[in-house]
Amino acid sequence: MSAKTKLPVGQEAIEEFGWLRAHRFLLLRRATQIFFLSLFLLGPWFGIWWVKGNLSGSLTFNILPLTDPFILLQSIVGQHWPETTALIGAIIVGVAYALIGGRVYCSWVCPINPVTDGAHWLHEKLGMQKGWQPKHNTRYWILGMVLAVSAITGSVAWEFVNPISMLHRGLIFGMGFAWAFVVAVFIFDLFVSRRGWCGHLCPVGTFYGLLGTKSVVRISAVERSACDDCMDCFAVCPEMHVITPALRGKDGDTPLILSPDCTNCGRCIDVCAMDVFKFTHRFDDTPVPGREGRTRTQPASGASKAA
Amino acid sequence: MSATKRKPSSMDRRRFLQDSARAAAGCTVAGMFLAQFATDARALPPQAIRPPGALDEKEFLAACIRCGLCVRDCPYDTLVLAELGYDGAATGTPFFTARDVPCEMCEDIPCVAACPTGALDKELTNIDDADMGLAVLIDEEKCLNALGLRCDVCYRVCPVIDEAITLERRHNERSGHHAIFMPTVHSDKCTGCGKCEKSCVLPGQSAIKILPRRVAMAEAADHYKLGWEDPNPMVDDIIDLPDRLPGPGTDNLVAPGGYTPDATGIPDANMDGGFSPSFSFPTAGGSN
Repeated sequence: MSAKTKLPVGQEAIEEFGWLRAHRFLLLRRATQIFFLSLFLLGPWFGIWWVKGNLSGSLTFNILPLTDPFILLQSIVGQHWPETTALIGAIIVGVAYALIGGRVYCSWVCPINPVTDGAHWLHEKLGMQKGWQPKHNTRYWILGMVLAVSAITGSVAWEFVNPISMLHRGLIFGMGFAWAFVVAVFIFDLFVSRRGWCGHLCPVGTFYGLLGTKSVVRISAVERSACDDCMDCFAVCPEMHVITPALRGKDGDTPLILSPDCTNCGRCIDVCAMDVFKFTHRFDDTPVPGREGRTRTQPASGASKAA
Repeated sequence: MSATKRKPSSMDRRRFLQDSARAAAGCTVAGMFLAQFATDARALPPQAIRPPGALDEKEFLAACIRCGLCVRDCPYDTLVLAELGYDGAATGTPFFTARDVPCEMCEDIPCVAACPTGALDKELTNIDDADMGLAVLIDEEKCLNALGLRCDVCYRVCPVIDEAITLERRHNERSGHHAIFMPTVHSDKCTGCGKCEKSCVLPGQSAIKILPRRVAMAEAADHYKLGWEDPNPMVDDIIDLPDRLPGPGTDNLVAPGGYTPDATGIPDANMDGGFSPSFSFPTAGGSN
């Protein structure tokens, strides 16, 4: 193994562009997560009631209602037809995520994301095995199961266990023992299954993924011909299978990452020393040539880092 | 990335069926636990009172998204969201504990107005129609009024004073010459706001408590006719019978021959239906 392949993920990008630029989307994402959480905490902590409620449902400036469309869907499946306010809120949220990418919720808003990112960071630090990796379609089974239980029991079933609302509501309204669900997710991701919760099981993320199937904002491997197979993008990507079709595409294939699993987190843009990726829109049909051939001699060592 | 690159078309049927069976079985087990959670949560503890206008518990759990907007708009900080492990209500759903902070029965009902989903029913426009529960004087051994003292606090704080709680006077058997002013709740007026429970002067638990109506109320037995409220309804609705007044043929001892308002004498033994008593009435002026 050469010294080069032992470099930590993103090291080349840091050397090339500097630490700040090699972490810009990560920093921006953390800032956004903190921003959205702070909006909700301004009221209970400082008495500034710009936003009331939590991620399940909220009211901003006493005029803008927002509702989690997945929770409302469970409610409807559970045979309660909601009032117009909640429906409008869900439509606003639904349309927004359908445009910017459904799983933007996961990487830019969801309070569990820092938890599972933390678990993954520690997972890598400890050099642990990837553990149980559920099948790609497991998440859809779970989504279906949640809706079925909602219908059978006539309740918003996922909200009895949802670690997202447990954590978010807990921070805003009082935690109780809800932290146990958050710790459980952390431990699960750390010891049982790498990137397991957000990447394979969480039905909220699955729902938002489906919502954003045709989303406009997409990441594209526009400079894929410059790729030197360092595999850093695969190593940082929480849904690494989304990269392959775009990055390894032939001349005629689209360089756009079109999988609904992509969370638009932008980490691949951060860590790429060759500046392969960039944010664009799904109608961007600039022709992008595929790679000519492998430029690196030992891709296998990089792949082991990712696999 | 995954080492194998499968195409669905090349995936053999056996493999597909096996994977599907595994996923379905796993989801069934997980779903059973989830359903268990969801149905267990309906067992709302009696001391956890839902906000005004709350749907029945089962419907409520389908409707409430646990956003807490009702909590935020409650001006008296009565409502709280249930915390896992501390409060018995389903996690994140709104409730209040009357002994801590009762409902102040705001006229504009801001909690109902705030609810985006209708878990708190917008049909409730008059707070006096609210039905959060029913006050029950649950410990007559400790209630000061029931002991014959004059506390009256629950009666005085009631927002529907003299209608939801009245003081019913009865004889004090213990002293023999005092009265007991018994706080008596009337279910058609009580809203379950809990101000009586909150203000009960006893230390610790209150002698009067808000209970869910499902717990507090019995079901009336329809096959018993309350004659004083509903005189002979079964026959009168069907055919019109002549009302049978006391008269000949009855055992009217005072006036065996029929109704006579001023009848004071001994019944006439010769009258139809009469009889010959072996004694005499004192007022008849007979042998004395």
